[in-house]
Amino acid sequence: MIVEIGHYALVLALALAIVQGVLPLVGALRHDGPLMAMARPAAVLQFLLIGLSFAALTYAYVVSDFSLVNVFENSHSAKPMIYKISGVWGNHEGSMLLWVLILALFGAMVAIFARSMPEDLRALVLAVQSWIAAAFLLFVLFTSNPFARIAVPPLEGRDLNPLLQDPGLAIHPPLLYVGYVGFSITFSFAAAALISGRIDSAWARYVRPWTLIAWIFLTLGIAMGSYWAYYTLGWGGFWFWDPVENASLMPWLAGTALLHSAAVMEKRDALKIWTIFLAILAFSLSLLGTFLVRSGVLTSVHAFATDPQRGVFILIILIAFIGGSLALFALRASALKPGGIFAPVSREGALVLNNLLLTTSCATVFVGTLYPLALEAVTGEKISVGAPFFNLTFGPLFIPIVLAMPIGQMLAWKRGDLLGAAQRLTLAAAIGGVGALALYAMRGGSVVAPLLCGLALYCIVGAFVEVASRIAGRGVPASVMFARARGLPRSSWGTAFAHAGVGLTLFGLAATQWGVERIVTAKVGEPIEVGPYQVVIRSIEPRTGSNYREWVAHSSVLSGGREVAQINPSRRNFAARQTMRTEAGIVTLGLGQIYMNMADQHDGGAVDVRLYWKPYVALIWIGGLVMSLGGLLSLADRRLRIGIAKRAKVRTPVRASPQPAE
Amino acid sequence: MLRLILALFLVVVPAAAWAVQPDEILKDPKLETRARDISTELRCLVCQNQSIDDSDAPLARDLRIIVRERLQAGDSDTEVRDYLVRRYGDFILLRPPFKTGTLLLWLTPAAVLLLGAGALLLLARRRREPESAVELTEVERQQIAAIVGKAPGEKR
Repeated sequence: MIVEIGHYALVLALALAIVQGVLPLVGALRHDGPLMAMARPAAVLQFLLIGLSFAALTYAYVVSDFSLVNVFENSHSAKPMIYKISGVWGNHEGSMLLWVLILALFGAMVAIFARSMPEDLRALVLAVQSWIAAAFLLFVLFTSNPFARIAVPPLEGRDLNPLLQDPGLAIHPPLLYVGYVGFSITFSFAAAALISGRIDSAWARYVRPWTLIAWIFLTLGIAMGSYWAYYTLGWGGFWFWDPVENASLMPWLAGTALLHSAAVMEKRDALKIWTIFLAILAFSLSLLGTFLVRSGVLTSVHAFATDPQRGVFILIILIAFIGGSLALFALRASALKPGGIFAPVSREGALVLNNLLLTTSCATVFVGTLYPLALEAVTGEKISVGAPFFNLTFGPLFIPIVLAMPIGQMLAWKRGDLLGAAQRLTLAAAIGGVGALALYAMRGGSVVAPLLCGLALYCIVGAFVEVASRIAGRGVPASVMFARARGLPRSSWGTAFAHAGVGLTLFGLAATQWGVERIVTAKVGEPIEVGPYQVVIRSIEPRTGSNYREWVAHSSVLSGGREVAQINPSRRNFAARQTMRTEAGIVTLGLGQIYMNMADQHDGGAVDVRLYWKPYVALIWIGGLVMSLGGLLSLADRRLRIGIAKRAKVRTPVRASPQPAE
Repeated sequence: MLRLILALFLVVVPAAAWAVQPDEILKDPKLETRARDISTELRCLVCQNQSIDDSDAPLARDLRIIVRERLQAGDSDTEVRDYLVRRYGDFILLRPPFKTGTLLLWLTPAAVLLLGAGALLLLARRRREPESAVELTEVERQQIAAIVGKAPGEKR
């Protein structure tokens, strides 16, 4: 019964979505108040209905209702509760339901929190958002219905793929989807602006918090996914330039560009056409990612051709929305007047450069991901585009971005002083240079890693120079500095932290070169050298988990003969699917990690072991967290706060040192 | 033939095999480093975008062993790669070769960057020209002066 209610709620949500897509639009075009006003309750109700449907599916998973095909194929009664719940989105149908749930969530959030927006803009945004929801609800109901029943229910399910039975599944997809699908709302804002024809800095201000929310979650989702891959896949790789990963990286790159260009639009009324275009692009890339991941086109062009129903459906959605919005864009863009003028050397100029480089790197990922598919479809020739290609092309594009980041922060709006900016960055550059030399002297080897680490240090220090110069001064008492620090706009802090996060990640990436790898056959009690540490396997013992059996190698990490940590890699055997999975043992020491993995035991009791010492590796993900923190700080800026039209209070009287006009 | 081999490997579920195993490693560390470097750029043909260095599929192991055998036989890095490309086609190279079919792939990043930069320069130039075009008329000048409260021509 509960499942039927969920199914029914989903159908009802579709009907409501169609109504919400039409009436407010008509209302906005005719300036009809009541029609526009129905958008808000409809958006909230739509979210509640899809939420109900999602809850019903979750219920079916929790009680292991194997009369549902979806539950039967992806669950097992002995599965731990956390994987029963997260298993809801660990499959195609469930993850699409999560997709539409988040789509509706953003609509509802705009309906509830965006109070200061003009009525007609909000009605249009919610209408467009609802078109997307209607399209994907149709997709779920017709091609991927999670509520399909089996006539004769089996007694036991087929279990979830063991690789997915991991806390990562509980966290990664929801984070990623909030980010990914979150760009739908910026898309709706862009479409709404194009329909109404009012595209100004106020629009940029309304849309920025939503872009930020999506960006923060996408950043966290990508970082989390990368860490999940790192500890699950068994050899410590964290980014594979896999099409599925690229599908999330592309919206991130476009979204990052969008955040920056929206800042220009908000402050200076410039780059309007471009910002609207990026808003469309970011979500188009999210749609493309959904198509790539969900259509089966990635496994092979042929797999797609044999069961094209889902793929073609998403492709139609893709073409309709991207094509429609671009047509609207072409219609309206020419009518837009260019806004504020600026010199090439200025904050705006730096942000334009940022946009140029980010879009180019986005295009690079795009081509690298789709080229093999296109080439095979056109000529039948099969090629592979893997990590070496992206390292060669994407890498060089990101170095100038990092170089320019602190400089951009230092330039004034309209007209900046490049020499002055460079002077103020002397300290940051010096720290970077000294750091690079010191690292080279300490570790030797290729010069690439020290140079990149130096660049990272420069970026981290440089990120805070601008903030510091507004706080500190000769002879200024600490209390005043503290008050100034608090008085600075949060978005300034946000920029500083987000940029520093990029530096931290870069440092971690560069340091992978200093990693040490040992692949050996080890006996119990025999120490293995790995970097500055030794690892000894104390014993190898069997253990029984809830739905698996495993062999655990209880081992110690020694430094100078003293135990500093314990590390317990294991091999798990999942009975339901007859699959093995290796569980890496990971110990964080400082910012580095020891990573240990084992294979089957030999007859004599020896075991094949892979051991890594990865210095500074934790910085890769810490950097991601710091970037998100930066986004969060920016979001907390009172000028951006959702739904607050007027300034919360009069600015604190503490004056920061003189600043170029904003 | 190749398709048959691939199909076979796809059916055989990888046993608890493992990327680079201790018994594969060559005695000569220089050769081994070269073997690893080559392996990271070769695709495990039956996997989803993994190099043979990372993959635990049996085919990846066979390929790793072939790479090492060729190196021990005295092949150069390029000769090893060419040998494998002859057997498996360009599909095995994770860094696609630069040729007519991949021209667009390799040139796109540079092309987008250059076109973008060119477009920006053009825009900047076009924007600069008409800026000073409209001069104020005498009437407007007087109106402004009246608003600001100073006689026309008067210096501050």
